[in-house]
Amino acid sequence: MTSGWRRVAGDAGAVLAALVLAVGFLAAALADVATPYDPLAVDLTRNFQAASTAHPLGTDHLGRDTLSRLIAGARISLGISAVSTAAGLLAGAALGLLAAWRRGLTDRLVVQGIDVLLSFPDMLLAIGVATILGRGALSTIVAVAVLSVPVFARIVRASALAVTSADYVQAARAAGASDVRILARHVLPNCASPLVAQGTIQMGTALLIASGLSFLGLGVQPPDPEWGAMLARGRELLRTSPLGAVAPGVAITLVVLSFSLVGDGLREAFDPRARR
Amino acid sequence: MRLVARGLARLVPVLAAISVIVFLIVHAIPGDPAVIAAGLEASPDTVARIRQELGLDRPLHVQFVSFVTRAVQGDLGVSIRTGVPVAREIAERLPHTAALAFGGVLLAVVLGLSAGTWAAVTRRRWVDRAVMAVTLVAVSTPSYWLALMLMLVFSLHLALLPSIGVGTPAHYVLPVTALGLQSAGLIARMTRASLLDTLDQEYVRAARARGASRARLIARHALRNALLPVTSLVGLRIGGLLAGTVLVESVFAIPGVGRMMVDAVIARDFPMVQGGVLVVATLYVVVNALTDVASALADPRVRA
Repeated sequence: MTSGWRRVAGDAGAVLAALVLAVGFLAAALADVATPYDPLAVDLTRNFQAASTAHPLGTDHLGRDTLSRLIAGARISLGISAVSTAAGLLAGAALGLLAAWRRGLTDRLVVQGIDVLLSFPDMLLAIGVATILGRGALSTIVAVAVLSVPVFARIVRASALAVTSADYVQAARAAGASDVRILARHVLPNCASPLVAQGTIQMGTALLIASGLSFLGLGVQPPDPEWGAMLARGRELLRTSPLGAVAPGVAITLVVLSFSLVGDGLREAFDPRARR
Repeated sequence: MRLVARGLARLVPVLAAISVIVFLIVHAIPGDPAVIAAGLEASPDTVARIRQELGLDRPLHVQFVSFVTRAVQGDLGVSIRTGVPVAREIAERLPHTAALAFGGVLLAVVLGLSAGTWAAVTRRRWVDRAVMAVTLVAVSTPSYWLALMLMLVFSLHLALLPSIGVGTPAHYVLPVTALGLQSAGLIARMTRASLLDTLDQEYVRAARARGASRARLIARHALRNALLPVTSLVGLRIGGLLAGTVLVESVFAIPGVGRMMVDAVIARDFPMVQGGVLVVATLYVVVNALTDVASALADPRVRA
Protein backbone atom coordinates (compact mmCIF):
# COMPACT_ATOMS: atom_id res chain seq x y z
CA MET A 1 0.00 0.00 0.00
CA THR A 2 1.39 3.41 -0.91
CA SER A 3 1.48 6.14 1.70
CA GLY A 4 -1.44 7.96 0.04
CA TRP A 5 -3.78 5.02 0.40
CA ARG A 6 -2.58 4.44 3.96
CA ARG A 7 -3.55 8.04 4.76
CA VAL A 8 -7.04 7.49 3.30
CA ALA A 9 -7.40 4.31 5.38
CA GLY A 10 -6.49 6.31 8.50
CA ASP A 11 -9.31 8.79 7.86
CA ALA A 12 -12.20 7.24 9.79
CA GLY A 13 -14.86 9.48 8.22
CA ALA A 14 -13.70 8.70 4.70
CA VAL A 15 -13.62 4.96 5.38
CA LEU A 16 -17.15 5.01 6.81
CA ALA A 17 -18.35 7.09 3.87
CA ALA A 18 -16.72 4.67 1.43
CA LEU A 19 -18.65 1.85 3.11
CA VAL A 20 -21.92 3.77 2.67
CA LEU A 21 -21.14 4.26 -1.02
CA ALA A 22 -20.22 0.58 -1.37
CA VAL A 23 -23.64 -0.38 0.02
CA GLY A 24 -25.32 2.11 -2.33
CA PHE A 25 -23.53 0.84 -5.42
CA LEU A 26 -24.09 -2.79 -4.37
CA ALA A 27 -27.82 -2.07 -4.09
CA ALA A 28 -27.71 -0.43 -7.51
CA ALA A 29 -25.88 -3.40 -9.05
CA LEU A 30 -28.11 -6.03 -7.46
CA ALA A 31 -31.38 -4.07 -7.77
CA ASP A 32 -32.96 -6.82 -9.90
CA VAL A 33 -32.58 -9.50 -7.24
CA ALA A 34 -32.21 -7.49 -4.02
CA THR A 35 -35.63 -5.83 -3.99
CA PRO A 36 -38.05 -7.68 -1.67
CA TYR A 37 -40.97 -6.71 -3.94
CA ASP A 38 -41.45 -5.55 -7.53
CA PRO A 39 -40.79 -1.76 -7.26
CA LEU A 40 -43.42 -1.02 -9.91
CA ALA A 41 -46.11 -3.50 -8.83
CA VAL A 42 -49.33 -1.72 -7.89
CA ASP A 43 -51.43 -3.29 -5.12
CA LEU A 44 -54.19 -0.97 -4.00
CA THR A 45 -55.24 -3.29 -1.18
CA ARG A 46 -51.94 -2.59 0.55
CA ASN A 47 -51.50 1.15 0.05
CA PHE A 48 -50.49 3.69 2.73
CA GLN A 49 -49.05 1.05 5.06
CA ALA A 50 -46.82 2.14 7.92
CA ALA A 51 -43.48 0.49 8.60
CA SER A 52 -43.80 -3.22 9.37
CA THR A 53 -41.67 -6.35 9.14
CA ALA A 54 -43.21 -7.10 5.76
CA HIS A 55 -42.61 -3.53 4.52
CA PRO A 56 -39.75 -2.00 6.58
CA LEU A 57 -40.33 1.45 5.04
CA GLY A 58 -44.06 1.09 4.46
CA THR A 59 -45.91 1.36 1.14
CA ASP A 60 -46.95 4.34 -1.01
CA HIS A 61 -50.34 5.46 -2.36
CA LEU A 62 -50.33 2.67 -4.94
CA GLY A 63 -49.26 0.00 -2.46
CA ARG A 64 -45.72 -0.19 -3.84
CA ASP A 65 -43.03 -1.20 -1.35
CA THR A 66 -40.94 1.89 -0.48
CA LEU A 67 -37.78 -0.08 0.35
CA SER A 68 -37.92 -1.87 -3.00
CA ARG A 69 -38.38 1.44 -4.79
CA LEU A 70 -35.48 2.93 -2.87
CA ILE A 71 -33.20 0.06 -3.94
CA ALA A 72 -34.37 0.20 -7.54
CA GLY A 73 -33.96 3.99 -7.37
CA ALA A 74 -30.31 3.57 -6.35
CA ARG A 75 -29.61 2.16 -9.80
CA ILE A 76 -31.26 5.11 -11.56
CA SER A 77 -29.98 7.87 -9.25
CA LEU A 78 -26.41 6.61 -8.88
CA GLY A 79 -26.36 5.58 -12.54
CA ILE A 80 -27.31 9.09 -13.72
CA SER A 81 -24.78 10.67 -11.38
CA ALA A 82 -21.97 8.32 -12.50
CA VAL A 83 -22.67 8.58 -16.24
CA SER A 84 -23.07 12.36 -16.24
CA THR A 85 -19.94 12.88 -14.15
CA ALA A 86 -17.92 10.53 -16.36
CA ALA A 87 -19.09 12.37 -19.49
CA GLY A 88 -18.30 15.75 -17.94
CA LEU A 89 -14.90 14.52 -16.79
CA LEU A 90 -13.92 13.19 -20.24
CA ALA A 91 -15.09 16.30 -22.07
CA GLY A 92 -13.63 18.65 -19.47
CA ALA A 93 -10.29 16.85 -19.36
CA ALA A 94 -10.05 16.88 -23.16
CA LEU A 95 -10.79 20.62 -23.28
CA GLY A 96 -8.36 21.38 -20.46
CA LEU A 97 -5.57 19.38 -22.11
CA LEU A 98 -6.23 21.01 -25.46
CA ALA A 99 -6.09 24.49 -23.93
CA ALA A 100 -2.88 23.82 -22.03
CA TRP A 101 -1.24 22.11 -25.00
CA ARG A 102 -2.12 24.54 -27.78
CA ARG A 103 -1.99 27.72 -25.63
CA GLY A 104 -2.70 30.98 -27.49
CA LEU A 105 -6.10 31.50 -29.02
CA THR A 106 -7.37 27.99 -28.18
CA ASP A 107 -6.53 28.54 -24.54
CA ARG A 108 -8.24 31.94 -24.44
CA LEU A 109 -11.39 30.52 -26.05
CA VAL A 110 -11.56 27.61 -23.61
CA VAL A 111 -11.01 29.88 -20.61
CA GLN A 112 -13.71 32.29 -21.86
CA GLY A 113 -16.09 29.37 -22.40
CA ILE A 114 -15.40 28.09 -18.88
CA ASP A 115 -16.15 31.54 -17.48
CA VAL A 116 -19.45 31.81 -19.32
CA LEU A 117 -20.57 28.33 -18.23
CA LEU A 118 -19.60 29.04 -14.63
CA SER A 119 -21.46 32.34 -14.76
CA PHE A 120 -24.71 30.43 -15.40
CA PRO A 121 -26.55 29.23 -12.27
CA ASP A 122 -26.83 25.43 -12.46
CA MET A 123 -30.62 25.21 -12.21
CA LEU A 124 -31.01 27.72 -15.07
CA LEU A 125 -28.71 25.75 -17.35
CA ALA A 126 -30.61 22.57 -16.49
CA ILE A 127 -33.91 24.30 -17.29
CA GLY A 128 -32.49 25.41 -20.64
CA VAL A 129 -31.36 21.87 -21.50
CA ALA A 130 -34.73 20.43 -20.46
CA THR A 131 -36.41 22.94 -22.79
CA ILE A 132 -34.25 21.84 -25.71
CA LEU A 133 -34.20 18.08 -25.18
CA GLY A 134 -37.55 17.70 -23.46
CA ARG A 135 -38.09 16.17 -20.06
CA GLY A 136 -36.50 12.86 -19.10
CA ALA A 137 -33.40 11.06 -17.92
CA LEU A 138 -31.40 11.95 -21.05
CA SER A 139 -31.78 15.71 -20.68
CA THR A 140 -30.87 15.39 -16.99
CA ILE A 141 -27.66 13.53 -17.86
CA VAL A 142 -26.75 16.09 -20.54
CA ALA A 143 -27.50 19.04 -18.24
CA VAL A 144 -25.45 17.70 -15.34
CA ALA A 145 -22.58 16.68 -17.65
CA VAL A 146 -22.46 20.15 -19.23
CA LEU A 147 -22.46 21.71 -15.75
CA SER A 148 -19.44 19.67 -14.69
CA VAL A 149 -17.36 20.26 -17.84
CA PRO A 150 -15.93 23.64 -16.72
CA VAL A 151 -15.04 22.26 -13.27
CA PHE A 152 -12.91 19.48 -14.76
CA ALA A 153 -11.53 21.58 -17.61
CA ARG A 154 -10.21 24.11 -15.12
CA ILE A 155 -8.44 21.50 -12.99
CA VAL A 156 -6.84 19.71 -15.92
CA ARG A 157 -5.77 22.94 -17.60
CA ALA A 158 -4.09 24.18 -14.43
CA SER A 159 -2.26 20.89 -13.75
CA ALA A 160 -1.29 20.48 -17.40
CA LEU A 161 0.02 24.04 -17.68
CA ALA A 162 2.19 23.47 -14.63
CA VAL A 163 3.55 20.21 -16.02
CA THR A 164 4.21 21.26 -19.62
CA SER A 165 6.56 24.00 -18.51
CA ALA A 166 8.39 21.75 -16.06
CA ASP A 167 12.03 20.94 -16.81
CA TYR A 168 11.55 17.21 -17.13
CA VAL A 169 8.89 17.64 -19.79
CA GLN A 170 11.09 20.07 -21.70
CA ALA A 171 13.86 17.49 -21.39
CA ALA A 172 11.60 14.71 -22.68
CA ARG A 173 10.63 16.89 -25.60
CA ALA A 174 14.25 17.75 -26.36
CA ALA A 175 15.00 14.03 -26.28
CA GLY A 176 12.49 13.60 -29.09
CA ALA A 177 9.46 12.24 -27.25
CA SER A 178 6.23 12.60 -29.24
CA ASP A 179 3.33 14.77 -28.06
CA VAL A 180 1.22 11.71 -27.37
CA ARG A 181 3.97 10.10 -25.33
CA ILE A 182 4.49 13.25 -23.26
CA LEU A 183 0.75 13.54 -22.67
CA ALA A 184 0.39 9.92 -21.63
CA ARG A 185 3.57 9.59 -19.60
CA HIS A 186 3.88 12.96 -17.91
CA VAL A 187 0.86 15.21 -18.20
CA LEU A 188 -2.05 12.83 -17.54
CA PRO A 189 -0.55 11.09 -14.49
CA ASN A 190 -0.06 14.50 -12.91
CA CYS A 191 -3.70 15.46 -13.42
CA ALA A 192 -4.98 12.10 -12.21
CA SER A 193 -5.20 12.61 -8.47
CA PRO A 194 -6.95 16.00 -8.44
CA LEU A 195 -9.30 14.65 -11.13
CA VAL A 196 -10.23 11.58 -9.11
CA ALA A 197 -10.81 13.64 -5.97
CA GLN A 198 -12.91 16.25 -7.80
CA GLY A 199 -14.76 13.55 -9.73
CA THR A 200 -15.82 11.93 -6.47
CA ILE A 201 -17.11 15.20 -5.04
CA GLN A 202 -18.80 16.00 -8.35
CA MET A 203 -20.77 12.73 -8.20
CA GLY A 204 -22.48 14.09 -5.09
CA THR A 205 -23.18 17.45 -6.73
CA ALA A 206 -24.55 15.61 -9.77
CA LEU A 207 -26.92 13.61 -7.56
CA LEU A 208 -28.16 16.81 -5.88
CA ILE A 209 -28.91 18.52 -9.19
CA ALA A 210 -30.30 15.47 -10.98
CA SER A 211 -32.65 14.56 -8.14
CA GLY A 212 -33.72 18.20 -7.94
CA LEU A 213 -34.63 18.15 -11.64
CA SER A 214 -36.67 14.97 -11.21
CA PHE A 215 -38.32 16.48 -8.15
CA LEU A 216 -39.43 19.43 -10.33
CA GLY A 217 -40.83 17.03 -12.92
CA LEU A 218 -38.15 17.87 -15.52
CA GLY A 219 -35.99 14.77 -15.07
CA VAL A 220 -36.81 11.09 -14.65
CA GLN A 221 -40.55 10.61 -15.06
CA PRO A 222 -42.87 8.44 -12.93
CA PRO A 223 -43.32 5.54 -12.37
CA ASP A 224 -39.52 5.12 -12.40
CA PRO A 225 -38.36 5.31 -8.77
CA GLU A 226 -35.59 7.93 -9.08
CA TRP A 227 -35.05 9.34 -5.58
CA GLY A 228 -35.99 12.93 -6.47
CA ALA A 229 -39.07 11.76 -8.36
CA MET A 230 -40.06 9.67 -5.32
CA LEU A 231 -39.81 12.83 -3.20
CA ALA A 232 -42.07 14.73 -5.61
CA ARG A 233 -44.77 12.15 -4.89
CA GLY A 234 -43.83 12.21 -1.20
CA ARG A 235 -44.73 15.90 -1.07
CA GLU A 236 -48.31 15.18 -2.04
CA LEU A 237 -48.54 12.32 0.45
CA LEU A 238 -46.74 14.04 3.32
CA ARG A 239 -49.73 13.72 5.63
CA THR A 240 -50.71 10.16 4.80
CA SER A 241 -47.33 8.45 4.41
CA PRO A 242 -44.51 10.61 5.80
CA LEU A 243 -42.03 7.73 5.62
CA GLY A 244 -42.21 7.85 1.83
CA ALA A 245 -40.99 11.44 1.95
CA VAL A 246 -38.33 10.80 4.59
CA ALA A 247 -36.56 7.75 3.16
CA PRO A 248 -35.44 8.99 -0.29
CA GLY A 249 -34.21 12.28 1.23
CA VAL A 250 -32.12 10.43 3.79
CA ALA A 251 -30.68 8.31 0.97
CA ILE A 252 -29.74 11.38 -1.11
CA THR A 253 -28.23 13.26 1.84
CA LEU A 254 -26.23 10.23 3.01
CA VAL A 255 -24.83 9.54 -0.46
CA VAL A 256 -23.95 13.19 -1.18
CA LEU A 257 -22.29 13.46 2.24
CA SER A 258 -20.32 10.28 1.60
CA PHE A 259 -19.13 11.41 -1.83
CA SER A 260 -17.77 14.64 -0.38
CA LEU A 261 -16.11 12.89 2.59
CA VAL A 262 -14.39 10.37 0.30
CA GLY A 263 -13.45 13.09 -2.18
CA ASP A 264 -11.97 15.29 0.56
CA GLY A 265 -10.15 12.28 2.00
CA LEU A 266 -8.64 11.46 -1.38
CA ARG A 267 -7.60 15.05 -1.97
CA GLU A 268 -5.96 15.41 1.41
CA ALA A 269 -4.20 12.08 1.07
CA PHE A 270 -2.79 12.62 -2.42
CA ASP A 271 -2.39 16.37 -2.72
CA PRO A 272 0.38 17.55 -0.40
CA ARG A 273 -0.79 21.17 -0.68
CA ALA A 274 -4.28 20.40 0.65
CA ARG A 275 -2.95 18.94 3.88
CA ARG A 276 -2.84 21.08 6.97
CA MET B 1 -13.95 54.36 -9.86
CA ARG B 2 -11.60 52.63 -12.26
CA LEU B 3 -12.45 49.39 -10.47
CA VAL B 4 -16.15 49.89 -10.96
CA ALA B 5 -15.61 50.59 -14.66
CA ARG B 6 -13.44 47.49 -15.03
CA GLY B 7 -16.02 45.38 -13.23
CA LEU B 8 -18.77 46.63 -15.51
CA ALA B 9 -16.64 46.16 -18.63
CA ARG B 10 -16.13 42.50 -17.76
CA LEU B 11 -19.89 42.17 -17.60
CA VAL B 12 -20.42 42.95 -21.27
CA PRO B 13 -19.07 39.73 -22.87
CA VAL B 14 -20.85 37.56 -20.31
CA LEU B 15 -24.17 39.32 -20.87
CA ALA B 16 -23.68 39.00 -24.62
CA ALA B 17 -23.00 35.28 -24.25
CA ILE B 18 -26.08 34.86 -22.07
CA SER B 19 -28.33 36.60 -24.58
CA VAL B 20 -26.98 34.39 -27.39
CA ILE B 21 -27.53 31.22 -25.34
CA VAL B 22 -31.05 32.25 -24.32
CA PHE B 23 -31.87 33.17 -27.91
CA LEU B 24 -30.57 29.84 -29.18
CA ILE B 25 -32.62 27.75 -26.71
CA VAL B 26 -35.54 27.74 -29.10
CA HIS B 27 -33.41 27.14 -32.19
CA ALA B 28 -31.54 24.22 -30.65
CA ILE B 29 -34.77 22.26 -30.23
CA PRO B 30 -34.64 19.26 -32.57
CA GLY B 31 -37.50 19.47 -35.03
CA ASP B 32 -39.79 22.43 -35.63
CA PRO B 33 -40.20 24.48 -32.43
CA ALA B 34 -43.55 25.83 -33.62
CA VAL B 35 -44.93 22.29 -34.02
CA ILE B 36 -43.52 21.25 -30.64
CA ALA B 37 -44.98 24.32 -28.94
CA ALA B 38 -48.38 23.81 -30.58
CA GLY B 39 -48.56 20.12 -29.72
CA LEU B 40 -49.05 17.13 -32.00
CA GLU B 41 -52.80 17.55 -32.51
CA ALA B 42 -52.66 21.24 -33.36
CA SER B 43 -54.08 22.48 -36.64
CA PRO B 44 -51.72 23.89 -39.30
CA ASP B 45 -53.23 27.32 -38.62
CA THR B 46 -52.20 27.22 -34.97
CA VAL B 47 -48.70 26.11 -35.93
CA ALA B 48 -48.46 28.95 -38.46
CA ARG B 49 -49.68 31.47 -35.87
CA ILE B 50 -47.15 30.29 -33.29
CA ARG B 51 -44.37 30.27 -35.89
CA GLN B 52 -45.16 33.88 -36.68
CA GLU B 53 -45.46 34.85 -32.98
CA LEU B 54 -42.06 33.32 -32.30
CA GLY B 55 -40.73 35.10 -35.36
CA LEU B 56 -39.40 31.82 -36.74
CA ASP B 57 -40.36 32.77 -40.30
CA ARG B 58 -37.60 35.37 -40.50
CA PRO B 59 -33.83 34.91 -41.07
CA LEU B 60 -31.84 33.97 -37.96
CA HIS B 61 -29.77 37.17 -37.66
CA VAL B 62 -32.88 39.35 -38.05
CA GLN B 63 -34.55 37.35 -35.28
CA PHE B 64 -31.55 37.78 -33.01
CA VAL B 65 -31.27 41.53 -33.53
CA SER B 66 -34.98 41.99 -32.87
CA PHE B 67 -34.77 39.69 -29.81
CA VAL B 68 -31.98 41.79 -28.29
CA THR B 69 -33.44 45.22 -29.15
CA ARG B 70 -36.81 44.28 -27.72
CA ALA B 71 -35.27 42.69 -24.60
CA VAL B 72 -33.25 45.85 -23.91
CA GLN B 73 -36.50 47.84 -24.13
CA GLY B 74 -38.10 45.49 -21.62
CA ASP B 75 -40.19 43.56 -24.15
CA LEU B 76 -39.73 39.82 -23.65
CA GLY B 77 -42.55 38.72 -25.93
CA VAL B 78 -45.86 37.15 -24.98
CA SER B 79 -46.72 33.77 -23.53
CA ILE B 80 -47.83 31.24 -26.16
CA ARG B 81 -50.30 29.74 -23.69
CA THR B 82 -51.90 32.75 -22.02
CA GLY B 83 -51.05 35.70 -24.26
CA VAL B 84 -49.82 37.64 -21.23
CA PRO B 85 -46.65 39.71 -21.80
CA VAL B 86 -43.73 37.77 -20.34
CA ALA B 87 -42.21 40.91 -18.79
CA ARG B 88 -45.42 41.64 -16.87
CA GLU B 89 -45.67 38.07 -15.60
CA ILE B 90 -42.05 38.22 -14.40
CA ALA B 91 -42.54 41.65 -12.79
CA GLU B 92 -45.45 40.25 -10.80
CA ARG B 93 -43.57 37.17 -9.67
CA LEU B 94 -40.06 38.56 -9.11
CA PRO B 95 -40.81 40.16 -5.71
CA HIS B 96 -41.63 36.72 -4.21
CA THR B 97 -38.44 35.19 -5.60
CA ALA B 98 -36.34 38.19 -4.58
CA ALA B 99 -37.75 38.19 -1.04
CA LEU B 100 -37.01 34.49 -0.75
CA ALA B 101 -33.46 34.85 -2.07
CA PHE B 102 -32.73 37.91 0.06
CA GLY B 103 -34.02 36.21 3.21
CA GLY B 104 -32.00 33.12 2.40
CA VAL B 105 -28.81 35.12 1.93
CA LEU B 106 -29.37 37.06 5.15
CA LEU B 107 -29.90 33.85 7.10
CA ALA B 108 -26.89 32.20 5.44
CA VAL B 109 -24.57 35.13 6.16
CA VAL B 110 -25.59 35.64 9.79
CA LEU B 111 -25.64 31.94 10.64
CA GLY B 112 -22.59 31.04 8.54
CA LEU B 113 -20.37 33.84 9.85
CA SER B 114 -21.21 33.19 13.49
CA ALA B 115 -20.86 29.42 13.24
CA GLY B 116 -17.62 29.65 11.24
CA THR B 117 -16.05 32.20 13.58
CA TRP B 118 -17.11 30.21 16.62
CA ALA B 119 -15.58 27.02 15.23
CA ALA B 120 -12.32 28.77 14.38
CA VAL B 121 -11.73 30.61 17.65
CA THR B 122 -13.11 28.17 20.20
CA ARG B 123 -10.60 26.45 22.45
CA ARG B 124 -12.97 23.54 22.91
CA ARG B 125 -12.16 21.00 20.25
CA TRP B 126 -15.55 19.31 20.38
CA VAL B 127 -17.31 22.57 19.48
CA ASP B 128 -15.19 22.89 16.35
CA ARG B 129 -15.85 19.27 15.40
CA ALA B 130 -19.60 19.57 16.07
CA VAL B 131 -19.90 22.73 13.95
CA MET B 132 -17.96 21.08 11.13
CA ALA B 133 -20.15 17.96 11.27
CA VAL B 134 -23.41 19.94 11.29
CA THR B 135 -22.29 22.16 8.39
CA LEU B 136 -21.23 19.11 6.37
CA VAL B 137 -24.73 17.66 6.74
CA ALA B 138 -26.25 21.06 5.89
CA VAL B 139 -24.17 21.28 2.71
CA SER B 140 -25.22 17.78 1.62
CA THR B 141 -28.96 18.08 2.26
CA PRO B 142 -31.12 18.89 -0.79
CA SER B 143 -32.99 22.13 -0.11
CA TYR B 144 -36.29 20.75 -1.36
CA TRP B 145 -36.12 17.76 0.97
CA LEU B 146 -35.24 19.98 3.91
CA ALA B 147 -38.28 22.03 2.90
CA LEU B 148 -40.47 18.93 3.01
CA MET B 149 -39.14 17.92 6.42
CA LEU B 150 -39.65 21.43 7.85
CA MET B 151 -43.18 21.37 6.50
CA LEU B 152 -43.79 17.94 8.04
CA VAL B 153 -42.60 19.01 11.48
CA PHE B 154 -43.60 22.66 11.80
CA SER B 155 -46.78 22.79 9.71
CA LEU B 156 -48.31 19.34 9.87
CA HIS B 157 -47.25 18.12 13.32
CA LEU B 158 -46.75 21.24 15.42
CA ALA B 159 -49.07 23.48 13.37
CA LEU B 160 -46.82 26.44 14.17
CA LEU B 161 -46.32 27.85 10.67
CA PRO B 162 -48.32 27.94 7.43
CA SER B 163 -47.30 25.28 4.91
CA ILE B 164 -48.01 26.79 1.50
CA GLY B 165 -48.63 30.06 -0.29
CA VAL B 166 -47.60 33.65 0.47
CA GLY B 167 -49.25 36.53 2.27
CA THR B 168 -47.82 36.98 5.75
CA PRO B 169 -44.19 37.12 6.86
CA ALA B 170 -44.79 33.79 8.64
CA HIS B 171 -45.23 32.18 5.22
CA TYR B 172 -41.59 32.94 4.46
CA VAL B 173 -40.04 31.41 7.59
CA LEU B 174 -39.87 27.81 6.39
CA PRO B 175 -38.96 28.54 2.73
CA VAL B 176 -36.18 30.94 3.75
CA THR B 177 -34.78 28.41 6.23
CA ALA B 178 -34.87 25.60 3.67
CA LEU B 179 -33.21 27.82 1.08
CA GLY B 180 -30.55 29.41 3.27
CA LEU B 181 -29.25 26.52 5.35
CA GLN B 182 -27.09 24.96 2.64
CA SER B 183 -25.38 28.28 1.92
CA ALA B 184 -25.00 28.89 5.66
CA GLY B 185 -23.03 25.64 5.82
CA LEU B 186 -20.80 26.67 2.91
CA ILE B 187 -20.17 30.13 4.37
CA ALA B 188 -19.43 28.69 7.83
CA ARG B 189 -16.83 26.30 6.41
CA MET B 190 -15.20 29.00 4.32
CA THR B 191 -15.16 31.47 7.24
CA ARG B 192 -13.54 28.89 9.53
CA ALA B 193 -10.83 27.93 7.03
CA SER B 194 -10.08 31.53 6.13
CA LEU B 195 -9.98 32.67 9.75
CA LEU B 196 -7.65 29.83 10.75
CA ASP B 197 -5.35 30.81 7.86
CA THR B 198 -5.33 34.44 8.92
CA LEU B 199 -4.71 33.68 12.58
CA ASP B 200 -1.59 31.87 11.42
CA GLN B 201 -0.20 34.95 9.62
CA GLU B 202 2.84 36.75 10.96
CA TYR B 203 1.16 40.08 11.59
CA VAL B 204 -1.40 38.39 13.82
CA ARG B 205 1.34 36.59 15.69
CA ALA B 206 3.17 39.87 16.04
CA ALA B 207 0.05 41.50 17.48
CA ARG B 208 -0.27 38.60 19.88
CA ALA B 209 3.35 39.00 20.91
CA ARG B 210 2.69 42.68 21.60
CA GLY B 211 0.09 41.51 24.10
CA ALA B 212 -3.13 42.25 22.21
CA SER B 213 -6.11 40.58 23.84
CA ARG B 214 -7.63 37.58 22.08
CA ALA B 215 -10.91 39.36 21.36
CA ARG B 216 -9.09 42.38 19.91
CA LEU B 217 -6.84 40.11 17.91
CA ILE B 218 -9.78 38.40 16.24
CA ALA B 219 -12.04 41.41 15.80
CA ARG B 220 -9.43 43.92 14.66
CA HIS B 221 -6.78 41.94 12.91
CA ALA B 222 -8.01 38.56 11.77
CA LEU B 223 -11.70 38.83 10.93
CA ARG B 224 -11.39 41.77 8.54
CA ASN B 225 -8.92 39.99 6.33
CA ALA B 226 -10.49 36.60 6.74
CA LEU B 227 -13.75 37.95 5.35
CA LEU B 228 -12.38 38.82 1.90
CA PRO B 229 -12.75 35.34 0.36
CA VAL B 230 -16.07 34.98 2.20
CA THR B 231 -17.43 38.09 0.43
CA SER B 232 -16.99 36.62 -3.03
CA LEU B 233 -18.57 33.36 -1.87
CA VAL B 234 -21.57 35.33 -0.60
CA GLY B 235 -21.86 37.00 -4.02
CA LEU B 236 -21.90 33.62 -5.72
CA ARG B 237 -24.47 32.32 -3.26
CA ILE B 238 -26.87 35.25 -3.85
CA GLY B 239 -27.04 34.26 -7.49
CA GLY B 240 -27.18 30.57 -6.65
CA LEU B 241 -30.07 31.16 -4.27
CA LEU B 242 -31.90 33.29 -6.83
CA ALA B 243 -31.91 30.27 -9.16
CA GLY B 244 -32.23 27.77 -6.30
CA THR B 245 -35.56 29.27 -5.25
CA VAL B 246 -37.17 27.24 -8.04
CA LEU B 247 -37.04 24.08 -5.89
CA VAL B 248 -38.28 25.71 -2.70
CA GLU B 249 -41.00 27.62 -4.57
CA SER B 250 -42.28 24.29 -5.83
CA VAL B 251 -42.52 22.76 -2.36
CA PHE B 252 -44.28 25.74 -0.78
CA ALA B 253 -46.37 26.68 -3.83
CA ILE B 254 -44.88 30.17 -3.95
CA PRO B 255 -45.82 32.01 -7.17
CA GLY B 256 -42.27 33.07 -8.06
CA VAL B 257 -40.21 33.21 -11.24
CA GLY B 258 -38.64 29.79 -10.63
CA ARG B 259 -41.92 27.90 -10.58
CA MET B 260 -43.01 29.92 -13.61
CA MET B 261 -40.01 28.69 -15.61
CA VAL B 262 -40.60 25.05 -14.68
CA ASP B 263 -44.28 25.26 -15.59
CA ALA B 264 -43.29 26.95 -18.85
CA VAL B 265 -40.85 24.13 -19.72
CA ILE B 266 -43.56 21.55 -19.07
CA ALA B 267 -46.12 23.56 -21.13
CA ARG B 268 -43.46 24.20 -23.85
CA ASP B 269 -44.13 27.93 -23.52
CA PHE B 270 -40.81 29.00 -24.99
CA PRO B 271 -41.02 32.82 -24.63
CA MET B 272 -41.78 32.35 -20.90
CA VAL B 273 -38.72 30.09 -20.47
CA GLN B 274 -36.48 32.47 -22.39
CA GLY B 275 -37.71 35.52 -20.47
CA GLY B 276 -37.27 33.85 -17.10
CA VAL B 277 -33.80 32.50 -17.84
CA LEU B 278 -32.69 35.84 -19.30
CA VAL B 279 -33.86 37.88 -16.30
CA VAL B 280 -32.54 35.52 -13.61
CA ALA B 281 -29.19 34.97 -15.36
CA THR B 282 -28.73 38.72 -15.83
CA LEU B 283 -29.50 39.39 -12.16
CA TYR B 284 -27.04 36.65 -11.25
CA VAL B 285 -24.09 38.06 -13.19
CA VAL B 286 -24.84 41.65 -12.17
CA VAL B 287 -24.93 40.67 -8.49
CA ASN B 288 -21.67 38.78 -8.89
CA ALA B 289 -20.01 41.74 -10.61
CA LEU B 290 -21.19 44.05 -7.82
CA THR B 291 -19.79 41.80 -5.09
CA ASP B 292 -16.51 41.51 -7.02
CA VAL B 293 -16.27 45.30 -7.06
CA ALA B 294 -17.27 45.49 -3.39
CA SER B 295 -14.67 42.99 -2.25
CA ALA B 296 -12.03 44.71 -4.38
CA LEU B 297 -12.89 48.03 -2.73
CA ALA B 298 -12.54 46.39 0.67
CA ASP B 299 -9.12 44.95 -0.17
CA PRO B 300 -6.37 47.59 0.02
CA ARG B 301 -4.00 45.37 -2.00
CA VAL B 302 -6.36 45.45 -4.96
CA ARG B 303 -7.46 49.05 -4.42
CA ALA B 304 -3.92 50.40 -4.58
